[in-house]
Amino acid sequence: MRIRHSTTVNAPRELVWDYINEPDNYKDFMEGITRWDVVGDLRSGLGARYKMLIRVGSAEVGGLIEVVEFKQRCDMAWASVTGVDQRGRWRLRDAGQGKTRVEFRYAYGVAGAGILGLISERVAAPSLSGKLKQSLISLKDQVEHERLRQEAALRREATSKP
Amino acid sequence: MGDTVKGGSRTNGGAPASNGGGGLPDRLASAVGSAPALGDALGGARRFAQGTAGGLAGKLLGGIGSRLAGRLEANLDDRDPDFIRERLPMSWLLSTLWFRGEVRNLANIPETGPVLMVGNHSGGNLTPDTIVFTLAFNAYFGVERPFYQLAHNLVLASPVGPYLRKFGTVSASHEHATEALDAGAAVLVYPGGDWEVHRPSWESAKVDFNGRKGFIRLALGAGVPIVPVVSVGGQETALFLSHGSRLAQLLGVDKSLRLKVLPISLAIPWGINIGDFLGHLPLPAKITVEVLPPIEIEKEFGADPDPGEVYAYVTGVMQDALDRLAAERRFPLIG
Repeated sequence: MRIRHSTTVNAPRELVWDYINEPDNYKDFMEGITRWDVVGDLRSGLGARYKMLIRVGSAEVGGLIEVVEFKQRCDMAWASVTGVDQRGRWRLRDAGQGKTRVEFRYAYGVAGAGILGLISERVAAPSLSGKLKQSLISLKDQVEHERLRQEAALRREATSKP
Repeated sequence: MGDTVKGGSRTNGGAPASNGGGGLPDRLASAVGSAPALGDALGGARRFAQGTAGGLAGKLLGGIGSRLAGRLEANLDDRDPDFIRERLPMSWLLSTLWFRGEVRNLANIPETGPVLMVGNHSGGNLTPDTIVFTLAFNAYFGVERPFYQLAHNLVLASPVGPYLRKFGTVSASHEHATEALDAGAAVLVYPGGDWEVHRPSWESAKVDFNGRKGFIRLALGAGVPIVPVVSVGGQETALFLSHGSRLAQLLGVDKSLRLKVLPISLAIPWGINIGDFLGHLPLPAKITVEVLPPIEIEKEFGADPDPGEVYAYVTGVMQDALDRLAAERRFPLIG
């Protein structure tokens, strides 16, 4: 099952990238995420591993994931190592006027689960899609607030100079 | 891990239960030394059958018994992570859509290492609390983490026994549990077992281990923490009326088959359901499970603790949690 949501964030791409590249932020902006813990020494980048769980229905599902694609300020993709099969991808593109187009793609399932697997994917889709959509809204809010904070800091710095 | 355990003795690869002489029931009784209740029960059944219907009934029981004995061997390697993983969607659908399962505070379970999870048991022979919790555990920690559930002998001897073994269900005995804990596994035990699971529905919010303290000896012996697991809602999946302990006495099955309970309930599709041997269609009651913080017995009660004191403490904290969960429920079934 595939889910895709996108939004335009009124902030430069670097700022969005820095935010999604920080594992500690995921529990703040990803709706339903109960764990996003770094596993191993690598905190981010290609090969970084995380134990992630998201509440869907009566269980927290997820597992160990690994970053399999990492293009600075453009693309970050992960795939599951253990747990349910999943692939996730952030795509960041310039949208002009200092804005960033953010796209999130998520595919999930359980290989070998047969017809009940397909049914459960369908049943879980509305809830999961809603959570991921809300996550992008939260991401947009958080990053745009961060941009405002940075701009305010710059203004203060400029006015404080003699 | 791949060893087969039979009554505390191990063989490699599941040799025949016994090659000794005597009739099948006798051989069975010796083969299931690790499952004394069933061994006693079948021994009683043999005497009962021989006393009433002669050798034919004894042979029949013996034939059944030898099959059951095979099913009660605990081979930890029977647990199949791939099998469990492929059935997670089925468990998820059942748990989510039918029981609206909610499992809280799984993070209280130590992330790694052996642990003895002690639960109150509800819902008759279909045990919806186990379905909901097992799914939650496997999803949270991953099917790679070894996780075993102790079950009544008759559950594993039933037609679904081989299926449950792949999920990590083993017949309840001290030896089997110790074997699993020594292998570093998480083990789920319901001390109240068949007694508690058939308690009347109006005692839904009561922890009733019937005085069984074996889990304390088990945790102490293995040096593992106890993690209480409290659930509510299972007793609303049917109208459980009585343990039926008097009925069991009246019919003599407490002596002939060593069945201490013969539960009576009102359940779909049977109406009056005596014994619950064929299960029932559970009502879609909301099942809520809460995992409590671990209890390190030796740290909290010293190196030589009084089992009675530990029992009172464990059941006490579980009862407090169950009272709280029950108070959250506004309506039966709906939760």
